[in-house]
Amino acid sequence: MKYLDEFRDGDLARSLAREIRQTATRKWAIMEVCGGQTHSIVRNGLDQLLEGAVEMIHGPGCPVCVTPLELIDKALAIASTPGVIFCSFGDMLRVPGSRFDLFRVKADGADVRVVYSPLDALQIARENPGREVVFFGIGFETTAPANAMAVHQAKLQRIDNFSMLVSHVLVPPAIEAIMTSPSCRVQAFLAAGHVCSVMGYWQYYPLVVRYHVPIVITGFEPLDLLEGIRRTVAQLEAGVPQVENAYERAVCFEGNQPAQKLLSEVFEVTDRSWRGIGQIPRSGWKLREEYRDFDAEYRFSVEDIRAVESPICRSGEVLQGNLKPNECPGFGKECTPRHPLGATMVSSEGACAAYYNYGRFIAVDSIR
Amino acid sequence: MSTMSKLDFSQWSCPLPLRDYPSIVMGHGGGGQLSSELIEHLFVPAFRNPALESMADSTVLPRPAGRLAFSTDSYVVQPLFFPGGSIGDLAVHGTVNDLAMSGATPLYLSAGFILEEGFPLSQLAAIVNRMARAAREAGVQIVTGDTKVVEKGHGDGCYINTAGVGVIADGIEIGPTRAKPGDVVIVSGTIGDHGMAIMSVREGLEFETIIESDTAALNGMVASLLRFAPHVHVLRDPTRGGMATSLNEIATQSQVGILIEERSVPVLPDVQSACDLLGMDPVYVANEGKLVAIVDPSVAEAVLAAIREDRHGQDAAIIGRVTEQHKGMLAAKTAIGGTRIIPMQIGEQIPRIC
Repeated sequence: MKYLDEFRDGDLARSLAREIRQTATRKWAIMEVCGGQTHSIVRNGLDQLLEGAVEMIHGPGCPVCVTPLELIDKALAIASTPGVIFCSFGDMLRVPGSRFDLFRVKADGADVRVVYSPLDALQIARENPGREVVFFGIGFETTAPANAMAVHQAKLQRIDNFSMLVSHVLVPPAIEAIMTSPSCRVQAFLAAGHVCSVMGYWQYYPLVVRYHVPIVITGFEPLDLLEGIRRTVAQLEAGVPQVENAYERAVCFEGNQPAQKLLSEVFEVTDRSWRGIGQIPRSGWKLREEYRDFDAEYRFSVEDIRAVESPICRSGEVLQGNLKPNECPGFGKECTPRHPLGATMVSSEGACAAYYNYGRFIAVDSIR
Repeated sequence: MSTMSKLDFSQWSCPLPLRDYPSIVMGHGGGGQLSSELIEHLFVPAFRNPALESMADSTVLPRPAGRLAFSTDSYVVQPLFFPGGSIGDLAVHGTVNDLAMSGATPLYLSAGFILEEGFPLSQLAAIVNRMARAAREAGVQIVTGDTKVVEKGHGDGCYINTAGVGVIADGIEIGPTRAKPGDVVIVSGTIGDHGMAIMSVREGLEFETIIESDTAALNGMVASLLRFAPHVHVLRDPTRGGMATSLNEIATQSQVGILIEERSVPVLPDVQSACDLLGMDPVYVANEGKLVAIVDPSVAEAVLAAIREDRHGQDAAIIGRVTEQHKGMLAAKTAIGGTRIIPMQIGEQIPRIC
């Protein structure tokens, strides 16, 4: 398939992996921030090709995983409100709140709908003027422009029965939080290509200077990832950390400027709490005062809902790269994709689910 | 009445006396005049065969030689019509295929309809005609049936249940517990077509090209492959849950491992793109006209050739083998040379956020 097969070529992948193994004089710890990259690494078995040369640490870049428990509880409360049509991306439906998940609320009669774009939710609002339509607006910088556009359009077109439950999070503050954590083992980062296609990569230069870590903008196909890792290892070996763009076909320095303009018009920076990690200052976006009427938290008065995490789940340490999923005492026992204790076991991009699903808890050597 | 039964039902559009009701009303399921008009003017002419026309409470059939295979399945697909087929095609193909996977020659089907009040008769006629055509092509007869009507809002237009009976020739022993280490795994064509065809219309996704469902009866293919390999070990039609679910079930039931080569699994480029876009994996996407065969290596090439001879099997491929190792599990060699486990899914595959 054009533009895809080229980046999935097995022979090229193996030769890149060989080059990386030959370049590495020691084992380097590299974090891929994005959950989509975690998924691709594990699904394709890239980590196996790099064994001995590189340890991939799976970062906090799955939006489903880091969305705080109390926000899920707020979503459940809103979705259960009579008359509400609650729209969400599919994988949020199975994320457990304190007591149940959106699937359960749906089975009990709530009108919960899976959409592929916030603009679909806006269309539903247009078609159902008598109903309140709420979109669950989560994600990193990647999903933010479409969410901003939906709210912007709702205001412009006076679609007053539309609102959004917003929990946007940002990559650079997360990298900063990881680097300042006392137990940090990360020596370099793969930055997520799609985030950078929106935001550019100018924001990473101060981080490289401050923490002396290579940051390489990387795509998602196997060859993209291996090329990103190859450049990262080359930097680590040379001892000269830099920002480097290994995803030129989608990312430029300044990013998508019309998108950034819209983002700054609709959202403002706020402190956010990350599930399993805790509060990170200035690490998220919320709707600006001018858009408050479209803020579902405000409209449905759920601002005061508080929640308590499972005492067994150690997804926070997993998200910070300090614990492998299968080292968590609950992994595969109390906590499975069927009965997830933390969001990292729910999302298909979550590190725990990726480990569980792709068999990283058994000795894969036996099946080679 | 007799003039009515001579109507050409491929052009059917609410003839007298049904014209008073262009859509289904509660009375069509009430057992009275409206019910019998529906049977006489729609079902019987479409499915026409002597057994059905006896119109008794139960249909009496001759006893065939050999063992019987018996299967039932209910069809609730939305939308009712989709690229490449309809609920009517599925209702015949699905049950015919379930019978064929035991090595049976399918003979008779029943058809139960649950219709929602207000459902247009023209759509029902179109569905029934598709069923009739599918049955004719598969060489089976629909010999008994039932219709119930539920109140508006209590159904999704039309649900269909079919049950089927087939006969298995002596010496044919096929079953999910019979896979043996060393066996070869064959799939009869591209996977994931049906599921993505349904998704592309149901979720309002506008792909540039139309993905068509692969819905088809496979009894012809099975009959010809059994001529080459009467001792084929396992046959499955990987419907809901896709190929990965079928192979996982076989691995568990036969207590063997199954290792597939990801590169060898046929997937249409359009289906692969759609899956990539939605963050789904074609190995879990439903098929309605494909089979997985597990056979002794000595007959693998002959079986593959036989499947490819069939018009529904031109893209058939050998995709893997049965192993002693990792019993009860399905594993894959990835295209770039890694290995992964392909587990059972918890529920439906859910599109990913980004």
